[in-house]
Amino acid sequence: MKAFTQHSGIAGPMDRANVDTDMIIPKQFLKSIKRSGFGPNLFDELRYLDEGQPGQDCSHRPVNKDFPLNKPRYAGASILLARKNFGCGSSREHAPWALEDYGFRAIIAPSYADIFYNNCFKNGLLPVILTEQQVDVLFKEMNAVEGYQLTIDLVSQKVIRPNGESFDFEIDAFRKDCLVQGLDEIGLTMQSADAIKDYEKTRQASQPWVFGAIK
Amino acid sequence: MSGKTVYDKLWDSHLVKKNEDGSALIYIDRHILHEVTSPQAFEGLRMAGRKPWRLDTNVATPDHNISTDPAERAAGVAGIPDATSRIQVQTLDDNCDHFGIKEFKMNEMGQGIVHVMGPELGATMPGFTVVCGDSHTATHGALACLAHGIGTSEVEHVLASQCLVTKKMKNMRVTVDGELGAGVTPKDVVLAIIAEIGTAGGNGHAIEFAGSVFREMSIEGRMTVCNMAIEAGARVGLVAVDEKTVDYCKGRQFMPSGELFEQAAEYWRTLVSDADAVFDTEVSIDGNAIAPQVSWGTSPEMVVPVTANIPKVEDQTDEVKQKGVERALEYMGLEGGAPITSVYVDRVFIGSCTNSRIEDMRAAAKIVEGHRVSSSVKQALVVPGSQMVKEQAEAEGLDKIFTAAGLDWREPGCSMCLAMNADKLGAGEHCASTSNRNFEGRQGNGGRTHLMSPEMAAAAAITGHIVDVRTFSGEQS
Ligand code: SF4
Repeated sequence: MKAFTQHSGIAGPMDRANVDTDMIIPKQFLKSIKRSGFGPNLFDELRYLDEGQPGQDCSHRPVNKDFPLNKPRYAGASILLARKNFGCGSSREHAPWALEDYGFRAIIAPSYADIFYNNCFKNGLLPVILTEQQVDVLFKEMNAVEGYQLTIDLVSQKVIRPNGESFDFEIDAFRKDCLVQGLDEIGLTMQSADAIKDYEKTRQASQPWVFGAIK
Repeated sequence: MSGKTVYDKLWDSHLVKKNEDGSALIYIDRHILHEVTSPQAFEGLRMAGRKPWRLDTNVATPDHNISTDPAERAAGVAGIPDATSRIQVQTLDDNCDHFGIKEFKMNEMGQGIVHVMGPELGATMPGFTVVCGDSHTATHGALACLAHGIGTSEVEHVLASQCLVTKKMKNMRVTVDGELGAGVTPKDVVLAIIAEIGTAGGNGHAIEFAGSVFREMSIEGRMTVCNMAIEAGARVGLVAVDEKTVDYCKGRQFMPSGELFEQAAEYWRTLVSDADAVFDTEVSIDGNAIAPQVSWGTSPEMVVPVTANIPKVEDQTDEVKQKGVERALEYMGLEGGAPITSVYVDRVFIGSCTNSRIEDMRAAAKIVEGHRVSSSVKQALVVPGSQMVKEQAEAEGLDKIFTAAGLDWREPGCSMCLAMNADKLGAGEHCASTSNRNFEGRQGNGGRTHLMSPEMAAAAAITGHIVDVRTFSGEQS
């Protein structure tokens, strides 16, 4: 997994609350058996005027010019500014895959749906939580300034604004550690293989029906 | 020290290791897989040269994008018209064969929607941790399981290590006391709960559903309720064990039998919240006051009793709510202030992991029996949740009742719940649906979903518009 320590980039808007996973990546694209290539279909229904199909070349599709991320000023955006309860809906990991594949490295919002929040970390995507007021400030500044850039420093847990001022954010230590070091979570868990085996032994003795049922 | 909740007990009994930062390694007893969220996990396993930790814990089945059309189904995997869907189903078969994972293949007895299949086969046992790459996994909480949806990376993590790294949630109790009126179903109860606490009301919590309404409710009804916990923002929803739970488990395929069953049941009976357990959040709702519910908007909290009117923009208290209602009304093509019963439906969908069990089939059949689907309804689908439900329904002659009334009797799968196969709404079409989500485009691009109970959906199929099942007489208007 890509490590995340500090990232600077253009901020782009997704200015509505409760953006659900269907909106992030519509279901017709879930049929892929791959992890990559979802970027062109991020926010597909909002971004294009026609109905997207999997496997299609998106470069010739009619683009919705009113959709903010389609505006030239947000080209190359790598930090998504969003509103509360971002990523609600399904557990599909295709949502963070699509955001990541599009080029986003971080999201800033007042809150996220639990599963989506979780899934971001597993894909090197940093979901930053700021207060609604702070997010509001960022939206206002971004709307006012073309090419508005933010720096997110994960190590010191700060979102740094162009004027040098910063907002602190909270993040749990384990997740931060994994992201900062780009650690593979499975490998980390496998270091506890003995503890898992011990657990199984104890459980087998007290609750034998738990094992061997599915044949 | 205060007592423990069911969730606390489940958590404690699955704790492998606590990390210093508050996260923990939790042991997973049952892992259910389907075609959509597993291929990348198997790919990851292969790439890292890993093997499943345990085989006797995984059970797989295709459900999300298989066809429900009997003729297409008869042609097997090759009969799936859409190439990408076909590849996904084939990939699941191949992966299960390759790694030795138990799979109920597309047309095998046992196949079904993951959350219908798990409990009915006895793969889901009380006291288990159950995970699946699908957000409606909380369904299994009806059997007092710690069950929740996971993402594909976690599918891979569980396959490889039988564990998940996670954090303990907070405890929430939703108590519904009283008695449900005639025509009021578990679906109405859960929709009323979501309307009350909102789609983010349960964020970060495991919800225990308690009170006389749930004690009286069948296990299948409890599944309907737990199924939609995620629609209230909670990954976990559960109900404590009682004798109904134990009876439900008896004799199912993967359940222990004889003395081992008795030993298990003795343990299961301890899975109730202690009298002095403390919940972080408590909500209580008067069961006597719940009417049949219908969603009018594009979020499961946008629900009204069937006797009410569609909300008006100007009646909303704050600007955010006004905007939300305005956008939803526009998408749904509805007028604020009109009675919800004035909404005509183009299609009807009775199915999904929320409402496709045998009790749902019986309830819907009872309503449509002796009537005809309204001529203004283009299609009314009845999609049983599993092969076993289908077999049982046919043994009871329910399929005949449906087809005589003009509804389509289909093969088991997720179908129009998420429209990954050919079962979908056209743009602008209204659907009376027993599924769980009414997001924009969920049932097809531009489609307009109205969530309700099987009884209400069946009645809407006959009258051609949303109707209060309590006053439904079968006459078309
Ligand atoms: S029926 Fe719908 S909600 Fe249930 S598992 Fe299938 S797609 Fe998901």
